[in-house]
Amino acid sequence: MSHYAALLLAIPLLAAFAMPLFGLIGRRVRNTWAIIAMLATVAAALILVWEVLTQGTIVYAFGAVDQALTIPFDSGGVPIRILFVIDAMSAFMILTAAIMMSAATLYSISSESEQTGQDGYYALLFLLMAGIFGMVSTGDLFNFFVFLEINSLAGAALAAYRIKGGVAVEGGLKYAFISTVAGLFFLIAVGMLYGQYNSLNIAYIASVIDFTGLSLVAVVLMIVSLAMKSGSVPMHFWTPDTYSSAPSSITSLLIVSSMASLYAIFRIAFSLFGLTMNVVTVGWVIIILGILSMFIGVSMALPQKDVKRLMAYHSVSQIGYMLVGLGVGLAVLGDSQMMSQFGVVAMEGGIFHIINYALYKGLLFLIAGAVIYRCGTANLNDLGGLGHSMKWTMGFFIIAALAIAGIPPFNGFASKLMIYESVFIFNPFIAVIAMVVSIMTLASFVKVFHSIFMGPKLPQYEAVKEVPMPMLIGMGLLAVLIILFGLFPDLVVKTLVEPAALALIDRSGYIASVMGGI
Amino acid sequence: MQMSSIVKTTADVLFPFILIYGLYIILHGHLTPGGGFQGGAILASGVLLLLLAYRYSESTNIVRQVMMKTLESTGLLLFIIAALSAMVLGAGFFFNWLSPLGSIFGDSVAYGSTVANLNTGGLIPIMNIAVGIEVVGAISVILLALLSGIQEKI
Repeated sequence: MSHYAALLLAIPLLAAFAMPLFGLIGRRVRNTWAIIAMLATVAAALILVWEVLTQGTIVYAFGAVDQALTIPFDSGGVPIRILFVIDAMSAFMILTAAIMMSAATLYSISSESEQTGQDGYYALLFLLMAGIFGMVSTGDLFNFFVFLEINSLAGAALAAYRIKGGVAVEGGLKYAFISTVAGLFFLIAVGMLYGQYNSLNIAYIASVIDFTGLSLVAVVLMIVSLAMKSGSVPMHFWTPDTYSSAPSSITSLLIVSSMASLYAIFRIAFSLFGLTMNVVTVGWVIIILGILSMFIGVSMALPQKDVKRLMAYHSVSQIGYMLVGLGVGLAVLGDSQMMSQFGVVAMEGGIFHIINYALYKGLLFLIAGAVIYRCGTANLNDLGGLGHSMKWTMGFFIIAALAIAGIPPFNGFASKLMIYESVFIFNPFIAVIAMVVSIMTLASFVKVFHSIFMGPKLPQYEAVKEVPMPMLIGMGLLAVLIILFGLFPDLVVKTLVEPAALALIDRSGYIASVMGGI
Repeated sequence: MQMSSIVKTTADVLFPFILIYGLYIILHGHLTPGGGFQGGAILASGVLLLLLAYRYSESTNIVRQVMMKTLESTGLLLFIIAALSAMVLGAGFFFNWLSPLGSIFGDSVAYGSTVANLNTGGLIPIMNIAVGIEVVGAISVILLALLSGIQEKI
């Protein structure tokens, strides 16, 4: 029996707790420890993903002699331990988080090298990752809430890490406030389900669920709180402040944590409630949230002058694509003919977009961080002519910008095409809106490219050099993956995305993995 | 401003009793109400008493921030290592392997209503102690950070 599911949580926690002690010895020792711990976590994550893809769903019971024994013989047929249920969808999210973690840690080794308080920075970074890994792999509702809180507190502290005139503190405070409200909503919803079904295990509740009025309130509270945490319109107001004031490497991880919240929406909608609730209504609510996010996000992004605020509004807009893709899948879940005709493809598009979005959006934020690192300003009106001195950064920006706009050889095109095709059959208007949003995204990034990199060399940026090597490696890793995912989308969809989509649809399989076949 | 010698003497006299009470709450965490967090908070309140009775500059000679940070990390490391130790033995993460072993904290619990036996619980008292160490360190760091901002008027 493999322990990688537990190691995924144990290594980041151990790394975070030991970080202040290593920080006392010296910064070289601490940085080495951070890199070793990051590599160990990523290795555990990759092995776990490999095991899930080859052997099927892995269930891990904490605190048991035999980790595969989900229901002890004296418990009366109820799973009582805290369980990790890692199916293909969880494995997909773990892979996304692991890639982003490696890039962000490498990047911070040099981007934060001038800052004070780095012991706390790395400790919180590993706690944030432990929270994300826990959120995407847990099979227990209360346990999910605990990881949500770990993730929120670490994220809020990290968003306020660079104190500059109170702006960062405002961003961090907004994030903390929103996360707390979302966490409380979620906790109340968990209490409602616990009161009715006497269990916190997702698979057990799903197996006995009887959709009452109270369960409906719980669905609404859960979807609202998690949509708030993932930053979709109309709960998006925290994203520009938090994303723009946080250090760039942290912003790319906050994106992963918003993806983990998005994962939880669909885990709850598909695996916990599934067809017991009115999937058409809930699906349409999610689709409408998605359309609003897409359109409002991109139209708010167009007039921005601060490059990180602009990218933050684009991240609101991109979340809309995933909501639309998976929302269409949810809306037609009850109709097997429509499901096989376009529903599965829409879901695959939405899921594929999660990893693509994390890659290119993370890369864009890292590039913005590189520009700020060298020039000290994020104002598009002041920047210019950096293409002469920061050639690698410019190359990475071109790759990321074309990917986010959905231009063919890059990964954004692959997932967006899947969403357009399938959603067009469902409702042509949604597909048209999605395409218009894509064009507006391209327009916005042409503006950013022109004002940062084009033009003559400016006198105040005469001394600007390329960023140090660890930052380039962090960005290069993401850029290479963007190109690979864009060149071989079939391979990625077949090996990673399709099992994930099928795992989400297969509610009885999820229940059986814990309850042992009913 | 100096506190009067009455305050200082009272703090000196009370300090060991507060420590004993906090340690009692931590050690009996698996038998009586309380536990690592509550006991650690009581211990930290003893530290607070010293910090308030003496001047900030005087008391930081004894209660140093580095020491408290080290305590915080040590407690957390003890906790996670206790959880990981089960994995070395081949059981699941957090498995309580110490419980029926007969050695430290290893007595099996008697059935029915008996006098509480401190030597039970396995890893649970060890984790309580770890949490206690962590909490006294963390709360002391917070107290030191708060007190360092106070302007002294003489």
